Amino acid sequence: MALRLSQPTPGRKIFSSRFASIVVTIITIIWTVPTLGLFISSFRTGEDIYATGWWHVFVEPKFTLENYDKVFFGGASESLSDGILPYFINSVVITIPAVIFPLVIATMAAYCLAWIRFRGSDFLFFFIFALQVVPLQMSLVPILQLFTSGVHIGSVQVIPALGVAGKFAGIWLPHTMFALPLAIYLLHNFIASLPRELMEAAHVDGANHFKIFRMIVLPLSIPAIAAFAIFQFLWVWNDLLVALTFASGTQEIAPINVKLASLVGQYGSDWTSLTAGAFITIALPLVVFFSLQRYFVRGLLAGSVK
Amino acid sequence: MSDFLSTTLPKFAQIFTSIAIFFAVLLFLFGIAGRVNGRAQRPLAIALFFGPAAILLIFGLVSPAIQTILYSFKDADGLAYIGFDNYTWMFQDENIHTVLINTVLWVIITPIVTTAIGLTLAVLLDRMKHESLPKSLIFMPMAISFVGASIIWRFVYDYAKEGYPQTGLLTNLTRLIGKEPHNWMLENPLNSLLLMVIFVWVQTGFAMVILSAAIKAVPSDIVEASALDGASGMKLFRNITFPMVRSTFTVVLATNVVGALKLFDIVQTMTGGNFGTNVLANEMYAQIFVQFNQGRGSALAVALFLLVAPILIYNIVHLRRERQH
Repeated sequence: MALRLSQPTPGRKIFSSRFASIVVTIITIIWTVPTLGLFISSFRTGEDIYATGWWHVFVEPKFTLENYDKVFFGGASESLSDGILPYFINSVVITIPAVIFPLVIATMAAYCLAWIRFRGSDFLFFFIFALQVVPLQMSLVPILQLFTSGVHIGSVQVIPALGVAGKFAGIWLPHTMFALPLAIYLLHNFIASLPRELMEAAHVDGANHFKIFRMIVLPLSIPAIAAFAIFQFLWVWNDLLVALTFASGTQEIAPINVKLASLVGQYGSDWTSLTAGAFITIALPLVVFFSLQRYFVRGLLAGSVK
Repeated sequence: MSDFLSTTLPKFAQIFTSIAIFFAVLLFLFGIAGRVNGRAQRPLAIALFFGPAAILLIFGLVSPAIQTILYSFKDADGLAYIGFDNYTWMFQDENIHTVLINTVLWVIITPIVTTAIGLTLAVLLDRMKHESLPKSLIFMPMAISFVGASIIWRFVYDYAKEGYPQTGLLTNLTRLIGKEPHNWMLENPLNSLLLMVIFVWVQTGFAMVILSAAIKAVPSDIVEASALDGASGMKLFRNITFPMVRSTFTVVLATNVVGALKLFDIVQTMTGGNFGTNVLANEMYAQIFVQFNQGRGSALAVALFLLVAPILIYNIVHLRRERQH
């Protein structure tokens, strides 16, 4: 029996192992080559990029850090005179709170829907789940109006203008709003599955909801929170639509992805700054992704497979 | 450099203070509410735990959705009601016809191709000993933004004017089979297909990882039993493996359909919606923020919502059934 287990079960042989390896290897190469090409090119001089294909380096290796130097410290082009670093900083400043705020608020709401429960809490759960499909595009203009002119009913000002347009808070807020449906849904799945006895024992000991949340729910939910944090980090860092709408293109608050997109628009074929700029932009998400892949996959699975 | 620091440090100070204030307010409220005993405690807890999310959802999604529906019946400036004019425009304007046709193509082609490749990979990987490296590499594009992905692929599709050296990978590959260099992005409908390739490239890893987990979860005694009965190869896949991962397959397909419907970044960065590649989400953005026609933009957003709605209804039915188990 032990011997049988150590061998691949015959029934699993849908394709032979060698055939599988060959096909997977081919697909993996196709999937990797485009990124590799741009990565190699980011280390080639402008002349080389325009003269020969990037695969030429395998015949005649010649590399330079010129492109990164220009993109980091300025001088790549007029629109990038101060370098890309300020935009990188902006992305960090946008992303950190835009991950923390929705996570905390969603964990609280998920706990409430799962364990405090009230009339209509089930309906609310489905309703929030349903909100996931409201296209972001529907919300952009109304939220912009909320920021610049507040809420009116007739001619009565109910809520004053928030005055956050063009500030970091004006990007944190929409990101927080848009993240909530998915976050609440995922965290609810997790928090609802915590053992009932634990909650009851805490109640018997006289702990109230606030104490239970802080002492039991929060620490136990860390895996789910971490999974969603990676999710939200990638989403915010890579976002273009929200940033285009709520951050102007200025060096003050525009994130690096917006800057990168504008470089494409203006200098469609200036590959020296585009190659290096693209890699500076995707470096951080790639590092996060590869180091925390296991948690990320766990988060994805929690969302899609039950 | 000191200039850089003087603009950067205040930015980090903003992160710090905003997060500190956020948690201070929460702890303060929790502290006060925690001292309240008796009958007021439960409603207070509900208000504090659920209130923030409720307010943000109402102002961020619920009320905007309603407002957008109202705007779709108004004129460009959102002042006067004009009935169904925006919707008739949508069905009569020829540019919008292209947009709608493209969107339908995106929604049909990309999810099917993505899920098919993902499923193939998942099945094949199940047979391999060293699956983690190919898995990571194929999954990697998920971490790259659509903007980054677009640049990576723009470089593959790059075309230089006649007389200049061609350095694009695609041009050089097609040359091997004797094709003249093309400006790929100008040729319709080929350009749309080339944009779809980018979406497939990004999303396949997601499909693969999810389906791979589902396949691994198929109990091996079932597989072994049917293998003893003589099932193997495609027959085993068709009769045993696929039926057992069908619900996961549908979820992946649906996720990609929604993704393809809302797609914006790739078209925006690659062609800006020109050369016959425009799609609904990009045209909607252009109507509101470039043409400044709020009515038409809102009508397009409503159309987008109506297209997503069937998937939403399916998902809710599915979720309810699951929760009853």
